[in-house]
Amino acid sequence: MIDVTEEIISSSLRIATPLALAALGELVTEKSGVLNLGVEGIMYGSAFVGIATAAQTGSLTAGLVAALVSGALAGLIFAFATVTLGVNQHVAGLGLTLLMISLCNTANRIMFTADGGQVRVDPWQPLNFGGPIFSQYWLTYATFLIAVPFVWWLLWKSGLGLKIRAVGENPEAADVAGIGVAKTRYTAIIIGSLFMALAGAFITLAFVGTFTVNIINGRGWVALALVIFGRWTIGRLLIGAALFSLVNAGQLQLRLLPSFADVPFEILLALPFLAVIVGLAISGRNVPYPGAYLKPYKRL
Amino acid sequence: MNSVEGVVIASRGGAPSIFLRNITKAYGETIALSDVSLDLRAGEVHALLGENGAGKTTLMKILYGLSQPDSGQIEADGVALKIESPRDARAAGIGMVTQHFSLVKNMTVIENIALASAKTFAIDLAGVRTEIVAASARFGLDVPPDAIVSSLPIALQQRVEILKALMSGCSYLILDEPTAVLGPNDIDSLLEVIRRLRSDAGIGIVLISHKMAEIEKVADRVSVLRRGQVVSSSLANGITSKELITLMVGEQQSGAEQRQRSASPSQSPILVLDSVGVTRETGGLSDVSFAVRPGEILGIAGVSGNGQTELVNVLSGTTQIDSGTIEVEGRQLGSNTPQSLMRAGVGILGEDRHASAVHALQVVENLILDCVEKFAGKFQLRRKEMLSHCESAITQFEIKANPKQAFGTLSGGNMQKVLLARLFSRNPKVAIISQPTRGLDVMATNYVRSLIAQASKQGTAVVLVSEDLDEILELADRVAVMYRGSVVGIVDHSEASRESIGELMAGIAK
Repeated sequence: MIDVTEEIISSSLRIATPLALAALGELVTEKSGVLNLGVEGIMYGSAFVGIATAAQTGSLTAGLVAALVSGALAGLIFAFATVTLGVNQHVAGLGLTLLMISLCNTANRIMFTADGGQVRVDPWQPLNFGGPIFSQYWLTYATFLIAVPFVWWLLWKSGLGLKIRAVGENPEAADVAGIGVAKTRYTAIIIGSLFMALAGAFITLAFVGTFTVNIINGRGWVALALVIFGRWTIGRLLIGAALFSLVNAGQLQLRLLPSFADVPFEILLALPFLAVIVGLAISGRNVPYPGAYLKPYKRL
Repeated sequence: MNSVEGVVIASRGGAPSIFLRNITKAYGETIALSDVSLDLRAGEVHALLGENGAGKTTLMKILYGLSQPDSGQIEADGVALKIESPRDARAAGIGMVTQHFSLVKNMTVIENIALASAKTFAIDLAGVRTEIVAASARFGLDVPPDAIVSSLPIALQQRVEILKALMSGCSYLILDEPTAVLGPNDIDSLLEVIRRLRSDAGIGIVLISHKMAEIEKVADRVSVLRRGQVVSSSLANGITSKELITLMVGEQQSGAEQRQRSASPSQSPILVLDSVGVTRETGGLSDVSFAVRPGEILGIAGVSGNGQTELVNVLSGTTQIDSGTIEVEGRQLGSNTPQSLMRAGVGILGEDRHASAVHALQVVENLILDCVEKFAGKFQLRRKEMLSHCESAITQFEIKANPKQAFGTLSGGNMQKVLLARLFSRNPKVAIISQPTRGLDVMATNYVRSLIAQASKQGTAVVLVSEDLDEILELADRVAVMYRGSVVGIVDHSEASRESIGELMAGIAK
């Protein structure tokens, strides 16, 4: 039993890594008043660019760098559309997601699967510090030991964070106080996109070591839900990520039990998403959206 | 919908008059209305005049059931009315067109009007259409029944609102600053509509307005509200614009302290606006010129809506100028962005303290929002320094607040003090201060005024924009008067009087 528990916790941490990274990125973005529905697409893009580059160069590090560059570029496009042009954020975000998914699928087919093959790399291996719980990928350690404190520091301790929160709540007041609203939002969107890119790269370069169509599989949307579930605070966001991952890891274990052999696996697969819906239904009401959520800012 | 006929009957039989008796209303400690009585008669245009915050809108909200009085009552023909909601008001024959229209923008005119008739089942759109056409002809309010509301210009949307109110059977119609959103031609046709409704349909109309010219044209009676009290109610043809302005701004309060003025005309001006213009369909600026010297307070007076807000937006950098130049310390600004103005030493206190700060952030965070870099350490904000800066500001400016409290939880007076502390801790060379005491209690008002006087004593040039003429006369060295987006005159303090300024405000003298 202890083995199973440890196993569940261990795989929860793995499952939670890309969710936490993407949700942290979305949190930084949304705190500036911008909803980035491109999160799924940015993850998809960096997952593909990361493994494609790693496969071509033979270097996982090069793959990671390329994934970050692709995330930053996608973020830049999204920022240009929503901040500079003032395009509806829902439309721009969904458009970006559809664009990235289609581009990557096409490139994947041309580059790797046209002759029936599949792109593969030797992924990062878990670093074992003793026991299944402390046998994790370096990016998992980095997420919880570095990225989480970093985002907390960025938003609530740094000057940039104060500016991000100010433009997310009342851009008019921030503008009159001499804070560049557009500049701050660009910065928040791009920082956020880098985290989303890390999340995507983790999946191909560490988790699976290959790329298949629909590899992100809605993780970006779960990250969006986590930000709302977390009421834009890091602590609650992590609790949400942990709950989702535990349910997910639990259902993976359930599938191995003989008594569940007759249960269609899709039902078990749906459990974590059901948990998201229940979680949002319970805690998603009267949430404190940032004051300028979804509102483009323009001087008179 | 036989309500149109209801109007006919009402006007034929002579609609009962409405009497608001001894209405008092307080919001917390602020008294919005104090023992106000007002009567409305059928077939009469009753203009309600007063500065922002004088209580006009509050009074009309009470009449329309949007707000409940603390004491006093509303009577129709001597019988007490219970008006607890707009529905009650409409049942009593009272309609209102608010400043923000309550139309469903993506629906047609017919649908909007059918909606107001509130039938649950089987809406007869064709029947409503016929009724609209009939009512349009009857009231002289032409509207295209099949048009989508959002595709109509503002003036026509307003007509739809008026028609909607009339068709729901009202014999009294409240129009809250109806001309504020209209251009000159549309204003004329609206005034014509008002005349027709009064004379032909016998509707009693309450017209809330700031504009003397309109009141002179259509009002039968004028009531002036000042600080929550009716200071005058008289027939319109017995009173001049100048008298109205004087009533609106009030008599000099005896004992109001005069600021010690130390004239220093030798110094060269620090802020110079030369022929500044902003092109807008309504509410632009044209040919605004003035200069302010160090240590001087230049008051900007004017009836609300004559370009003061636009001028402040220009000087805060949120509205770009289309013509003219702004010079600070002899150097011309390339463009008037918030950053360039701040760098040049211009500080601002905006007219709306809620819009000038971030409610969700802490007091201490709001206080340093305009100088985040100053408190940015190598790795993070120097929280301790921020807090000690905030605590000294709290002491110096007598702010009743905790540094870590959310700004939005402060009282109006304390919000204003935090914003003034932010402004003055930059040691600005020029301070633009707009409506600094609006909605504040007497204590806070006096304190804020003393701060402004003190700043000018220390050499800051102050531009004080205020609708409170007392405030301007108490503080300003010179008074510039705005009328229709221009500065129409600048009067020295020694020559500034209610008469001279009132004439300029009314657009009479030039």
